[in-house]
Amino acid sequence: MVMSDATIAPPPVARKRNAAWVLRELLRRPRSAFGLTVIVLMVGAAVLAPWIMPYDPNDQMFDGLSLEGAPLPPSAKFWLGTDLLGRDLFSRLILGTQTSLIIGVLANGIAVVLGATVGITAGYFGGWIGGVLMRFTDLMMAFPALLLAIVLAAIFKPSLLIVALVIAMVNWVQMARVLYTETRSLAQREFIDVQRAIGSSTWRILGRHIFPHLVYSIIVFGTLGISTTVLLEATLSYLGVGVQPPTPSWGNIIFENQTYFANAPWLVFFPGLAIVLLALSFNLLGDVLRDTLDPKLKGRH
Amino acid sequence: MTAEENSGRAAPRPVLTVSGLSVQVATPEGAKTVVEDLSFTLNHGETLCLAGESGSGKSMTALAIMGLLPYPMARISAGSIRLADGTELAGASERALRKVRAMRISMIFQEPMTSLNPVMTIGRQLSEVLLEHKVCTRAEAPGRALELLRDVQITEAEKRLGQYPHELSGGMRQRVMIAIALACSPEILIADEPTTALDVTVQAEVLELIRALQREHGTTVLMITHDMGVVAEMADRVIVLRNGRQEEAAPVRTLFAAPETPYARELLDAVPRIGEAPARPAPDRVRHTVDVEDLSVRFPMRGGILNRVTAQLHAVEGVDFRIAPGETLALVGESGCGKSTIGKALLSLVPWQGSIRIDGQQMAGLSPRALKPIRRNVQMVFQDPGASLDARMTVGKQVAEPLVVHGLASGSELQDRVEWLFRRVGLPPDHMDRFPHEFSGGQRQRICIARALALRPKAIVADESVSALDVSVQARVLDLLRELQEEEGLAYLFISHDMAVIDQVADRVAVMNLGQIVETGSRDQVLRDPQHSYTRRLLSAVPIPDPTHLRPPVLPREGPVGSPVRPLGEDVTRFAMQEIAPGHWVADRAA
Repeated sequence: MVMSDATIAPPPVARKRNAAWVLRELLRRPRSAFGLTVIVLMVGAAVLAPWIMPYDPNDQMFDGLSLEGAPLPPSAKFWLGTDLLGRDLFSRLILGTQTSLIIGVLANGIAVVLGATVGITAGYFGGWIGGVLMRFTDLMMAFPALLLAIVLAAIFKPSLLIVALVIAMVNWVQMARVLYTETRSLAQREFIDVQRAIGSSTWRILGRHIFPHLVYSIIVFGTLGISTTVLLEATLSYLGVGVQPPTPSWGNIIFENQTYFANAPWLVFFPGLAIVLLALSFNLLGDVLRDTLDPKLKGRH
Repeated sequence: MTAEENSGRAAPRPVLTVSGLSVQVATPEGAKTVVEDLSFTLNHGETLCLAGESGSGKSMTALAIMGLLPYPMARISAGSIRLADGTELAGASERALRKVRAMRISMIFQEPMTSLNPVMTIGRQLSEVLLEHKVCTRAEAPGRALELLRDVQITEAEKRLGQYPHELSGGMRQRVMIAIALACSPEILIADEPTTALDVTVQAEVLELIRALQREHGTTVLMITHDMGVVAEMADRVIVLRNGRQEEAAPVRTLFAAPETPYARELLDAVPRIGEAPARPAPDRVRHTVDVEDLSVRFPMRGGILNRVTAQLHAVEGVDFRIAPGETLALVGESGCGKSTIGKALLSLVPWQGSIRIDGQQMAGLSPRALKPIRRNVQMVFQDPGASLDARMTVGKQVAEPLVVHGLASGSELQDRVEWLFRRVGLPPDHMDRFPHEFSGGQRQRICIARALALRPKAIVADESVSALDVSVQARVLDLLRELQEEEGLAYLFISHDMAVIDQVADRVAVMNLGQIVETGSRDQVLRDPQHSYTRRLLSAVPIPDPTHLRPPVLPREGPVGSPVRPLGEDVTRFAMQEIAPGHWVADRAA
């Protein structure tokens, strides 16, 4: 029996797509290298906050205010100036990084887990389970997210955890929608039929064959979600239903100082810049991650 | 534009000259040449076939001529493509190419559904082309569109103008595509596998149409196909391509009668021909591995405001058959006749009624848990090995999976079993850690076969298992299947639309139409002495890979095309079967 098609050498083994390879790819592109650097700096600032803050962020310093009692603009002593109570803005921003990042990771983590569970369940089982879950998702989507967050935050006593939960409640729907669609088309693919024919259990099919195909979407949507989450926390804090003072977060720093915007613009500008930078960095990273991890785009960059 | 001169075959007048054409594609490993130094001349009024297996560069050549190479992945790296008036197409600007496309060269593709815009009516799509190229005024467009549809012999052309692509059958869509391609009366029509996605009867009709249009308009046709039957039927001259290079160029009769290169000979030898298959040993029919009685599969069709079940699609209706160990039963029929559904029902992938016994064990009415051990006895090999393998799991793990799922082996025993299976299907076991995309189509199908064999099944459902493969690969996979059958006594349910393949593998054949079997018997009875009109029609449409053989036109369909959809409560009339010879059953003509 001729077996020549079995002996033709298959194409060379593709480079292993392990974590080190992904990291190299990310650093190779300017966009993602920038994003990654900013994120690493911010995480570093959050972790090392007690050591790198030049002043106690809650200390209402006497020399932090001018003779007339107005906040000081950026200077050699107070790099980013001081706020209305004479507190050092740079120190408060560094401590605020902690809050914002915790919210970003925690709230987004909850949103990802919840969204993935709902999306995959609805997509794979379909039928009335899928119907009920997706109608509920649509309902959540149609609800004004900010209003919902404000209502929830107002009902519960604001704390870091509650704020994270509130944000997760609002943010899981997009993830659920995306994964629902992807799972649905995956579930109709032939290799899933093969699994049913072999007699694999539902859990095995979901865990071994559906989930690995979704990992990349989850990673990408996860990173994109972080920026949304941080922005939503800032919005909530700005509206006064987020993280409560004196704990600083970028959002509530803006909120506290908004009335002085005209006289002391640095109080709003710097925390705003931090938010934009973080959101932008995660967006850039997520964007490049999608391009690198999607095997369909292999060899095209 | 079309000079209505009767050029005849005497003095060939070139309309397109391709010389030294090379096309390169960007890959992660660097530029790869997919077409290399290809030269040919296309003469007025002739049909030139580019024939070759997948990866031979035939489609790339067509795209290069049209200036449609996927940018920036592929580009023309050398050579020239010149029209008769000296217009150079290689490296021409998009603007210049747009003038040439549709007006002078147009193209039809394999999949008519994806080539048509699903949200525009047929009439608008036709008018769009006419207006875009200023063939006629806006007021004349609908009239011209209707004329074009009549030209491609579409039934009820007026009605079609207002319809959307999904409302048409595959054959009608391809006719519409041809109408669009011919809208501006181009000199050259490039047809890239125009009938590969179509049923054999429809294929015959579409090929006939292309020939008729060519006679009428004097269009030159460049046809791209892997099917040597189609080549024999259509071509005046043939260029055999392999790995982007020309292997042989010859007039069709010369090529088929005396191929000069070894590759062309190999390619022609691998083509299955009806009536040339050797007789198969008679399997012993004492026991039956598969015993199906009165099998029906119905799918509910929902509709109305309340989304209630309003009708049923009778995909399979009252089908009986038996397969003995070591025997192959082939199911034949056009797409939508329910043949694949029967395969899925055997594996309980679709809900069914009736009785299915696998190796004596009744499957009806069993819970999924009770079904699991019986399921082991019947496994399936699907059509597209690329789609039926998980792209993100190594092939070794995938072959091992059935054993793991059924708790049959673990650890080093599992490893040994998988290695043995790999060797069994002719693959080196050290390929186990690779991913599916690193294998060729034929190798992937071997992996699928290894996986199906893992549970030592008694029966295998092969659903179009070789249809997606090149003929030479197809022949080897069929050899493998045959060898496995002889050694393990496997019963095969072989589902295919390809009569020539069925002729090679089947012991018995069952012909299906609208969910029911219309004729069944031994291979020789059904394929050599067909009795039912539907079987005859199918057989008459099969292209014969022999250019000297003039295939008579396809037999007309008897009666209207039926539909397997019935309102709730109304049953499909079942055909009454008559035994006209021992083992040869034919449905009543009246049915």
